Amino acid sequence: MTTISAVVPQKPWAKSSQEKLIAAGIVVLSIIATYAFVEVTPLKGKLAYFVSYFFIYVILDSLYSLTTHGVSAAKDSIAKGFITAGVFVAVMPMISILLTVFMRGRRGLNWNLFANDMSVNSVNDPIGQGGLLHALLGTAILVAIALIISLPIGILTALYLTEVKGRFASPIRFLVQAMSGVPSIVAGLFILSAIVYPITKSYSGIMGSLALSILMIPTIARTSEEVLLLIPNDLREAGVALGGTQWRTVAMVVVPAAKSGLITAVILGIARVAGETAPIVLLTGGGERVNANPFSGPMGSLPFYIWKAFAVGTEESITRAWAGIFVLLAIVMVLFVAARFLGERRTSK
Amino acid sequence: MSEIDKDGNENMDVKPMTSSLASVAADAALGKRIPGGQPMGVGLEARGIHAWFGEKHVLEDISLDFWSGTVTALIGPSGCGKSTFIRTLNRMHEFIPGAAMAGEVLLDGQDIYASGTDVTKIRLKVGMVFQKPNPFPSMTIAENVLSGLKLAQLKVPNRDDLLEECLERAGLWAEVKDRLSAYGGSLSGGQQQRLCIARALAVRPAVLLMDEPCSSLDPGSTLKIEETISHLSSSMTIIIVTHNMQQAARVSDYTAFFLSDGGPGKMVEVGPTGEIFSRPKDKRTENYVTGRFG
Amino acid sequence: MSNDVIAPKSIPAKRELTTVPRFSDRVFRGIVTGGGFSSLLILGLIFAFLAYQGFSVLRSQGIHFITGSAWEVVTDDSGNIIASDTKFGLAAMLIGTMLCAIIAVVIAVPISVLTSLYLTFYAPPFIKKIMIAVIDLMAAFPSILFGLWGFFILMPSVEYWAKLLHKYFGFIPFFKMEVPIYTRSPFVAGVVLAVMIIPIITSVSREIFSQTPLDRIQAAYALGATRWSMVKAVALPYARSGVVGGAMLGLGRAMGETVAVYTVLNVVYQVNWHVLLGAGGNVASMILLKFGEAGPQEIKALMAAGLVLFLLTLLVNSLANLIVKSSGGKGR
Repeated sequence: MTTISAVVPQKPWAKSSQEKLIAAGIVVLSIIATYAFVEVTPLKGKLAYFVSYFFIYVILDSLYSLTTHGVSAAKDSIAKGFITAGVFVAVMPMISILLTVFMRGRRGLNWNLFANDMSVNSVNDPIGQGGLLHALLGTAILVAIALIISLPIGILTALYLTEVKGRFASPIRFLVQAMSGVPSIVAGLFILSAIVYPITKSYSGIMGSLALSILMIPTIARTSEEVLLLIPNDLREAGVALGGTQWRTVAMVVVPAAKSGLITAVILGIARVAGETAPIVLLTGGGERVNANPFSGPMGSLPFYIWKAFAVGTEESITRAWAGIFVLLAIVMVLFVAARFLGERRTSK
Repeated sequence: MSEIDKDGNENMDVKPMTSSLASVAADAALGKRIPGGQPMGVGLEARGIHAWFGEKHVLEDISLDFWSGTVTALIGPSGCGKSTFIRTLNRMHEFIPGAAMAGEVLLDGQDIYASGTDVTKIRLKVGMVFQKPNPFPSMTIAENVLSGLKLAQLKVPNRDDLLEECLERAGLWAEVKDRLSAYGGSLSGGQQQRLCIARALAVRPAVLLMDEPCSSLDPGSTLKIEETISHLSSSMTIIIVTHNMQQAARVSDYTAFFLSDGGPGKMVEVGPTGEIFSRPKDKRTENYVTGRFG
Repeated sequence: MSNDVIAPKSIPAKRELTTVPRFSDRVFRGIVTGGGFSSLLILGLIFAFLAYQGFSVLRSQGIHFITGSAWEVVTDDSGNIIASDTKFGLAAMLIGTMLCAIIAVVIAVPISVLTSLYLTFYAPPFIKKIMIAVIDLMAAFPSILFGLWGFFILMPSVEYWAKLLHKYFGFIPFFKMEVPIYTRSPFVAGVVLAVMIIPIITSVSREIFSQTPLDRIQAAYALGATRWSMVKAVALPYARSGVVGGAMLGLGRAMGETVAVYTVLNVVYQVNWHVLLGAGGNVASMILLKFGEAGPQEIKALMAAGLVLFLLTLLVNSLANLIVKSSGGKGR
């Protein structure tokens, strides 16, 4: 009987279960061999295990490739081993950082952190007294002012590069990139030399914001430029072909089309400066009490709080520093995920 | 500059929609509508158009007249300058860095490249539909149609009527009337292109330039667009660039054949569509329309 | 006017377009252009003010500000500064800056290149997406976080690695140790900086690798290449200069880093070529250290040091950007 059997989709190039089994076998064999090797040699410690596992695995895997597929396959296996190791080394610190911040920061966390400042407490007081309300508020104000300054400048720069495309577009693009490499301490020194010493002669929140703006502008400008470049030229032409002036086309068509991308640029800019420490230490004076006036008096901030608590070095203060880092990292990560999310939506549209 | 009124045609020679080749031939026989003839004073006339990109000479000495109520198709192989030519007609050519041109484009007898011209007004009268549908992604269907009014700061008494009228003329009203506040991107490719046509119509252009409007669409959508073109042609001048010779034969009254022999693109031949396709005067045109090359 | 019949071969002159844009557009372009030039203005102001503040120190110290390696403020009994004995020489810190940054780059580049190769040519799409996000996130981590993590978590391990290096490679002059103090050495700072710049170099390299022309990749596979031989024959040559540019961007970032270095490095004003020895510093961390107790004259010297750092990072970054930019068109 000749019934037409249904054709099942297959992937003949996928790894067969036999190959998977052999791959797993090599892993298990390497682990065993690593133990044996570390036991019989004088090597000891985590590092010894990692390094010898790596070499043993690469040797076994490439030997297997050599016997089954020849020399070039063996080289391929070795390269793959090194590449995997490289990825492992690159990701390890990240995992370690996240775990450390979580484990150590957790101990110092409590709701009082968000209700109190440090005006009546010292960093050596027991955990639970005092808080970082002043620092949170300060960071919010510092970043908000920096954003108010940087956003128009950053977006205008991006518009110059993508819409006006003036004669100087390519040198300006170059300068913006150069600006993104300005060390944060230099930004701090610049505000000191240009404003604090000659004019105000006192530290305040706004000085910190100005320095943060210098670091924020290139981030916003570059991200916005990338986003605006993704807007198809067709849209600009359609706007102009409908009798729009360039200004109205940019305002009504180009910028709205790039809106979520521009929000991403803003978020990345905030994430860039929220944890910036060096200029804050130089410029804001780092107060211990809630101060909502950026124009006078020292202004606390999260990085400064962490910095000071770390410098004191007692057990309580270090715990406070980790709790501060926890909060700061949480903020940065939330911002980052938000930026990603918006970016995803943009590309999927 | 003589004003083109709202419907873009009343004080011009209105030609009813013509599909029969015989009547085109008859019109041609009158000698009056042969493109490239004497200056008309109304409608759109191109006079000795040259175009360059940087030092590259891409278009040489094109003279063509476009009459209201007619559809003119520009055909020819890729790279022969058809698109460049229609972009000179509403001054979109100058957006390309390094672009230059020579010659004149007369809109109702006025040179659109003359100094002191308000370019945005020119583009209001000479609308354009692009190769790929490009509705504004941040706007709804309704906002897209009316976007030209916002962009050009025009006032209309009744926006809803205009919205319905434009979508109706573009043949899209029945399909979208229940979801006018959906985003333009949610439509199919063919619907998006008709939305772009409706958008172009909302500012009441006298001339509509279409740069390969169907090249990214499936045959079904192409058919719908062609129907739309036929409807529109009764009330305005349409100039369509197309690679598809059947399309040119189906929708146009006149056809101009462009060709580049490696140098700048030139217009080889122009005439009533029926003649171009059945008894072309030039051997090269014949080779092209019969599919022997290109 | 050329309304009359034009002879086919006579090509008219290009028309000069004299149409003036609308007023609103001229205003728009003016404002945007002004905004565009802000980066030039800011960079110019940074240079001008730091140079202005540091001028007196730069003039009195001359070339010694770069070549000298003594940083001494000498005062008499009543606390007045004796200008003739006061020495500001940045060389020790410049050497420290380069040492730490180079250690960081030497460690980070191979790891970053391997990672970006993995992300471009090896990783399954799902893992690739996650890892790119993770690495970008890491680039956004604040430097104080790296500093604390480096101090508490990484330093003990790195000290152990430093001992191993000394034990097996002690014959190399850099790894020599006269006094066995392994804590808070330039090597530790270099490792922390390496962790900080891995995300930067990785993302630049990944971008360049992902631009490798697909037709060349497929051509290599069609000739029977394994994945590695394809990478070696096609991807690496294509991306080489881009990777160099990425490494230089990382170098620039490492040279300007302040807080992380300050946290993990024992900032001592001395020339120290022995990277495993617990003393050293870089310009940025020295500025932060000295700033607290500096008098007016020393502040000026710190401004001058800031100027040197600014110019140095600007130079490195500009070179890096030039290399990255030019690499896009290479090998086509």
